[in-house]
Amino acid sequence: MRILVCISPVPDTTTKIAFTDNNSQFNTQGVTMIINPYDEWYALVRALELKEAGIATNVNLVTVGRADSESVIRKALALGGDEAIRIDTDSNDPYVVAAQIANYAKSENYDLVLAGKETIDYNNGAVGAMLADMLDMNYIGFATKLDVAAGVATVAREIEGGEEVDTCVLPLVVSCQKGMSEPRIPNMRGIMAARTKPLKVVAPADISALSQIVSYEMPPAKTGVKMFDIDHLDDLVAALHNDAKVI
Amino acid sequence: MSVLVLVENIEGSFKKKSFELVQYASAIAKSLGTTATAVALGNISEEACAALGQYGAQKVLQINDARLANFSARAYTKVLVTAAQQESATIIITSHDVLGKSVAPQVASRLKAGLIAGALSLPDLANGFVIKRNVFAGKAFAFVNVTTDVKVITLLANSFPIVTGTGTATVAPLTVSFEDKDFAIQVKEVNKVTGSVPLAEAELVVSGGRGLKGPENWGIIEDLAATLGAATACSRPVADAHWRPHHEHVGQTGGTIRPNLYIAIGISGAIQHLAGVNGSKTIVVINKDPEAPFFKAADYGVIGDAMEITPKLNEAFKKFKAAQN
Ligand SMILES: Cc1cc2nc3c(=O)[nH]c(=O)nc-3n(C[C@H](O)[C@H](O)[C@H](O)COP(=O)(O)OP(=O)(O)OC[C@H]3O[C@@H](n4cnc5c(N)ncnc54)[C@H](O)[C@@H]3O)c2cc1C
Ligand SMILES: Nc1ncnc2c1ncn2[C@@H]1O[C@H](COP(=O)(O)O)[C@@H](O)[C@H]1O
Repeated sequence: MRILVCISPVPDTTTKIAFTDNNSQFNTQGVTMIINPYDEWYALVRALELKEAGIATNVNLVTVGRADSESVIRKALALGGDEAIRIDTDSNDPYVVAAQIANYAKSENYDLVLAGKETIDYNNGAVGAMLADMLDMNYIGFATKLDVAAGVATVAREIEGGEEVDTCVLPLVVSCQKGMSEPRIPNMRGIMAARTKPLKVVAPADISALSQIVSYEMPPAKTGVKMFDIDHLDDLVAALHNDAKVI
Repeated sequence: MSVLVLVENIEGSFKKKSFELVQYASAIAKSLGTTATAVALGNISEEACAALGQYGAQKVLQINDARLANFSARAYTKVLVTAAQQESATIIITSHDVLGKSVAPQVASRLKAGLIAGALSLPDLANGFVIKRNVFAGKAFAFVNVTTDVKVITLLANSFPIVTGTGTATVAPLTVSFEDKDFAIQVKEVNKVTGSVPLAEAELVVSGGRGLKGPENWGIIEDLAATLGAATACSRPVADAHWRPHHEHVGQTGGTIRPNLYIAIGISGAIQHLAGVNGSKTIVVINKDPEAPFFKAADYGVIGDAMEITPKLNEAFKKFKAAQN
């Protein structure tokens, strides 16, 4: 069984968000890129576990990103990915990302394609589902558990107010979130091995974006906190009713 | 031309989220000089469908195929694409929930339509078709323009006011031709937490952090939530330690919520936590540390021991509720 894991480079979670060019561009100056946590902690680690259990033969990685995302891809290889493809473009339109990955993956016959539930920068939560449609595969989103036996996947997924366990014959696209596996840290051997693992760079297909971010805005700053002490909680309740009007 | 909106029912009745969706769809339809059509799947009465007219739906397309009882993104996508083609819809709307997020991107892909995921506003038509949405889990907003003729939108819960009117929608059946592959997913088991308020669309949320020390202390959070009719949430380390279920975890790597009231108890207010909750209209913070960063993002604060303050606050709310009745 061959698994493809979609690895998105994203700004580190402690990044101070700022914009340039009249609030039209995200300011990448001084920003450290990391692997999108859902892709790393859940999609990739679970794929590696399936390989270690002898269920998967290959765990390949794909990233749609520019050359500056290579450190992120190397880290994913250090964790245990076999080989990586980088499609040399970037976009925050999920259609472009999915279509680029689909264009590469359609002739590769992957049995299982894993994505994260969403990227922590643009939060579309869409690429996995789009990719499934483009590859004509079934899709199970927001999975918290994944097992494969005899060509059938068993997947627990989030539903409103609970969880559901589904089965589906492969091939399948799954988007992954918490519950699936525990985060790992790359070891020295992995880091050394990653240096010589194949990282192929391919030119992007000609695909235009269907949406554009025209500008950004920061949320309004809070005007200051009003404090109450433990003996005046009735006043807090009154403020929530009369001033904030939320109860 | 029309605006299509997917509504979801829970055990035969539509919930708040669906009314909000219909209201949003009909507001867009109005601004484009057209009408809103809802698509209702599953076992729901004709009366309940017709009543969506109160929120502005002109028409409801109903499909009750037994095979749809098991959710399949592929089958739902086919339903929406069929309805969109039949109605010449140029805008297709779903909720930005686990169901909508599985279906809407596939509809967008199938129709080669631009997607706006997690919309927070009506489109600004003066400058194209521009909608506001969260990015960086709510640390910032982006204004996204969609240039394709057909557009797909998922609406973030609690983004649009609901006003109940008096209309009645016409109800018509929808026929879709499926293939076996649309139903390849088999449901083996469903585990629902019943009785609790769904977090994503809750107007009031009570949330606990590591300051509560352990799962055995969550009774005070649950009691306060019960008094308010609020949903419960938690910080990431709390879910990581299995004190609370994963789906309660909010923040940059958890859920993004925007309730009217967020009460944060024993949570420090780390940047990754704030990311998921700072869209809340009003934030109350209870923390024993006056320097806790959360106070900077709060509207109201109480400094002190959560074990002491939370039950007292619960009593104060109970007194308020009793006085109101
Ligand atoms: C990549 C990444 C992603 C992350 N994503 C998320 C996320 O999505 N959501 C999230 O929440 N975190 C996330 N985090 C973790 C985040 O950085 C913080 O570690 C976390 O939010 C802290 O949780 P906490 O406030 O419950 O605990 P702590 O930081 O331990 O804070 C506990 C607070 O409780 C107070 N306290 C202690 N005792 C009492 C008492 N008796 N009464 C009242 N107050 C008391 C303390 O003063 C303190 O402020 C992420 C971190 C990383 C690196
Ligand atoms: N640029 C990218 N390269 C590779 N995979 C991506 C990229 N962007 C998103 N993905 C994958 O799609 C998932 C959902 O992303 P999104 O729809 O952008 O929130 C991510 O968790 C990744 O697994």
